Amino acid sequence: MLFKTLINHPADWMQGAGPHSEIVMTSRVRLARNLRGFPFPGYSQEHQRHELLKLARPSVDALPEMKDGYSEDYAKLSKIRKQVLVERHLVSREHAARANGCAVVVDRKQNLSIMINEEDHFRIQGIRPGLNLRSAWQLVDKVDTELEAALPYAYDEKLGYLTACPTNLGTGMRASVMLHLPALALTDQINPVIKAVGKIGLAVRGLYGEGTEALGNLFQISNQHTLGEKESEIISQIEKVIERVISSENNARQKLVEDNPTMLNDQVGRAFAILRYAHILTSKEALNLLSMLRLGADLDLVPNCDRSLLDMLLLEIQPAHLQLRAARELTPEERDVRRAEITRARLQSLNGPSNVSNNQPPPVAPAPETDDE
Amino acid sequence: MKCDVCENEATVFLTQIINGQMTTVNLCDACSKAKGVTDETGFGLAEAFLSQPAPASDSAAVCKACGFTAAQLKKIGRMGCPECYSAFRDGLDGLLKAMHKGTRHIGKTPRIIASEGHLRGNLSQLREELAHAVRDERYEDAARLKNEIASLQEKLDAAQKPLESNT
Ligand SMILES: [Zn+2]
Ligand SMILES: [Zn+2]
Repeated sequence: MLFKTLINHPADWMQGAGPHSEIVMTSRVRLARNLRGFPFPGYSQEHQRHELLKLARPSVDALPEMKDGYSEDYAKLSKIRKQVLVERHLVSREHAARANGCAVVVDRKQNLSIMINEEDHFRIQGIRPGLNLRSAWQLVDKVDTELEAALPYAYDEKLGYLTACPTNLGTGMRASVMLHLPALALTDQINPVIKAVGKIGLAVRGLYGEGTEALGNLFQISNQHTLGEKESEIISQIEKVIERVISSENNARQKLVEDNPTMLNDQVGRAFAILRYAHILTSKEALNLLSMLRLGADLDLVPNCDRSLLDMLLLEIQPAHLQLRAARELTPEERDVRRAEITRARLQSLNGPSNVSNNQPPPVAPAPETDDE
Repeated sequence: MKCDVCENEATVFLTQIINGQMTTVNLCDACSKAKGVTDETGFGLAEAFLSQPAPASDSAAVCKACGFTAAQLKKIGRMGCPECYSAFRDGLDGLLKAMHKGTRHIGKTPRIIASEGHLRGNLSQLREELAHAVRDERYEDAARLKNEIASLQEKLDAAQKPLESNT
């Protein structure tokens, strides 16, 4: 498959219909695996990475799951293209920063990606929409079993799968869930929730926190321990915690609707108005406003607003996606203009928030196209 | 919440039980990157900057397979090759105890290793360890070992079943 084909097709998980997908955007599981007889990528010579690539890539390409997939050597990928893969969660930032002796293989539906020569020889990742860690686990577990039959894994009976960093030892598994928590953020309850989750040995981080805050109210929760627990136990523990976070967010949303409808309508209305008509949108502003609009859509305040439209837009306005579309590098200022352009276009089909008011005459249609009188 | 390193607003929050004590670390994005806590799908690298009991191997120890030294391990917190885990075995348990729930893998096992002979060997070793733990009144360890034995027994039972049609 060509890069172009990959990018022109939305991944399964972007179509956004999974369990609890009003709050849980994606579930991901990744496995760290290494081969016996090769140093880990971080401590290897370039020729050793090439050797490993030469040995391993045919087995990865030949996986039945990877039929008609996308497979590329990093030496042949531009910086922007690699960054696009990062924005699509198909490769890690660290992997994209590497150059020679690295490759990535992605299945046709973009549910599965295998990075070769990341921090470990292999990072096998499965991604599913909504709260669906088990299905993501099944996906990577199957591929891992297939690879294990073809390649000599580094495995120790006591320590499990041997990894470059001792923090990944054992299962080599990191399961993570990306959550959209706007109501907890609006009602200032996000910090206690984060603290509570942290207390049980899970890690929480803001996604897209470029500078100092969690932009777009997007958070990621994942396990920290990988040794001494079974994969299924780790996943159950995360699921349990996520269910609690989901119900906190739902309660907070309900409370907003009941106790503070004016504030809620104001936030959603402003978000729509700015996104629909702005000509300059910074990444931070866009992420935060899209978060409010998504909340509005979830609460049926914005008619016909499909969540997947917003989730796709969230990707399209990322820096590398903008530059790929422009087919050149863009300055931050140029990106802000193009970001606004795309956002206006995508939101054109929407009529805006419905309950501008309940018992007043219908709103007069805005007339933004007339230049001046 | 403020970043523990630079006072910016924190976006990364880590909690770990270290030597029975709960430690919470809050980091801003820049500091988390600087500390290597950048794993896209999560991270467990609190120990990358928390003061940890370093492996007790003397820093002159070298991995024969790849030439990696204990000093390098101490500096970057990562191994050079899979063999390094044998070369720097001393003191590893303490480090792993601080990082993880246990020090023994009980999850997925490659099929070749899950074969009966392997499992039987492991099982008798674990039973011996359990006996020691009970004798020494280390009940926490004993409980953990009991779990491990149960899960191993499960695997053994599975391995003893006639091979299902593995296509
Ligand atoms: Zn900081
Ligand atoms: Zn080594």
